[in-house]
Amino acid sequence: MHFDSRYFIELLFSRNFLAPAWTAVWFTVASMAIGIVIGTIAGLAATSKSRILHGMVKVFITIFRGTPVLVQIVFWYDGLAELTGNFINLSVVTAGLMALGVNEGAYMTEIVRAGIESVDKGQLEAAHALGLSYRTKMLRVVLPQAVRVAIPPTGNQVISLLKNTSLLFTIAVPEIFATGTNIFSVNFKYFEVLAVVSVWYVGLTLVYGIIQRKLEKRSNRSITGAKPTAKVPTVVPA
Amino acid sequence: MGVEEIAGQVTQGSENKKIAISMEKVNKWFGALHVLRDVTITVAEGERVVVCGPSGSGKSTLIRCLNWLETHQQGRIVIDGIELTESPRARDSIRAKIGMVFQSFNLFPHLTILENCTLAPVSVRKMSRKQAEELAMSYLQRVKIADQAKKYPGQLSGGQQQRVAIARALCMEPKIMLFDEPTSALDPEMIKEVLDTMTTLAESGMTMICVTHEMGFARQVADSVIFMDYGEIVETGPPHRMFADPHTERLKTFLSQILHGH
Repeated sequence: MHFDSRYFIELLFSRNFLAPAWTAVWFTVASMAIGIVIGTIAGLAATSKSRILHGMVKVFITIFRGTPVLVQIVFWYDGLAELTGNFINLSVVTAGLMALGVNEGAYMTEIVRAGIESVDKGQLEAAHALGLSYRTKMLRVVLPQAVRVAIPPTGNQVISLLKNTSLLFTIAVPEIFATGTNIFSVNFKYFEVLAVVSVWYVGLTLVYGIIQRKLEKRSNRSITGAKPTAKVPTVVPA
Repeated sequence: MGVEEIAGQVTQGSENKKIAISMEKVNKWFGALHVLRDVTITVAEGERVVVCGPSGSGKSTLIRCLNWLETHQQGRIVIDGIELTESPRARDSIRAKIGMVFQSFNLFPHLTILENCTLAPVSVRKMSRKQAEELAMSYLQRVKIADQAKKYPGQLSGGQQQRVAIARALCMEPKIMLFDEPTSALDPEMIKEVLDTMTTLAESGMTMICVTHEMGFARQVADSVIFMDYGEIVETGPPHRMFADPHTERLKTFLSQILHGH
């Protein structure tokens, strides 16, 4: 055993990984936001009546779910620039966000579609009978109920996205893993550095787990209605 | 509102009744299954109609065609002077005139009782939130459930939920109310509270079409009863005549089954 525990502790509590961890969190949140927007739009398209939209969504999912994220990252950063003769030349941050966000969008599309399809048909009929517009029906009736179903799988996506930010080291985004590679390529303490890197990922995952549980609790509350009445006294009829 | 309703009720008999709903030779198929066969009915304003028949007789399909939850393939349906056509405008204006109550309530579970009632008035009728809430509270009081306004549907009993569903439909101030087996999913002890609400509504002069097996309700409230079987209207008439003196063998059989069931 050549485990340098002193160095491990030192590196773990050093400031080296604070900024990279922030970068990873930032990329996760921003890419997830892009993914949710794309997923919601494409999910609505996938559940619409238009066959053309169905086909487009299918092609999108096939491409972006069927190819490795690593390939997509290099495509957005280098491939696109070469293809357009440097007309489109994305910055590292933009390329990283596009790669992770659009890839996430493909997964979120399936999650949103499943969520929408899980909403009881009677809900749609009630919305129709009340004369609600498509927009109101979706925004106020269907999506809020779809979200409840979508939250648990979305949590898995957040965690996998967080770990996938490590792939951004290929385009030199200073995230956690890239910072680690920079350190061990100088001092060759591969194991200690990778252990610290892993602790950071696990730590961030655990923190997210707490947030996820809160989200799930919150989304279930309005359905079972367990809490909100406690603070509201009975309404006195006007 | 209350005054108008009473006035409407008083003058109802003497007025020349306007036609609220007319269906002429309406046909509908689900694939090869012929679910509505040459259905022709006329419902006057303020008339209360009960539709009954064995399950699969097409009675639910009939009323679902009226607000476009199902589309008919042949024949004419005219609601309050507007023909049901493919045009979305006709569809929307017809839906705005018709309230519907479902067997499974179909309240929005993520919204409070009050929000269930204000959603459509605010988004479709463009009322202010405050106006809509006042309107909703007045209807919730009418169905005797105003004290539950801040709760969620899941916290209410089936009977209470169905009364909320009636209030929600009334908040659109429809001219016509459709009831699709409103008491079929309820425990026996809750059926009465819903029927009482419907009876009160009927007494206010609302045009109603109600698919139900509650023959007591039909006897008490309906102006006419439509009996359907295999997608066609077999017999119609005032409830007392229909129940006391069924002209067709099929109605006779149906009634004996229904009455034995109770």
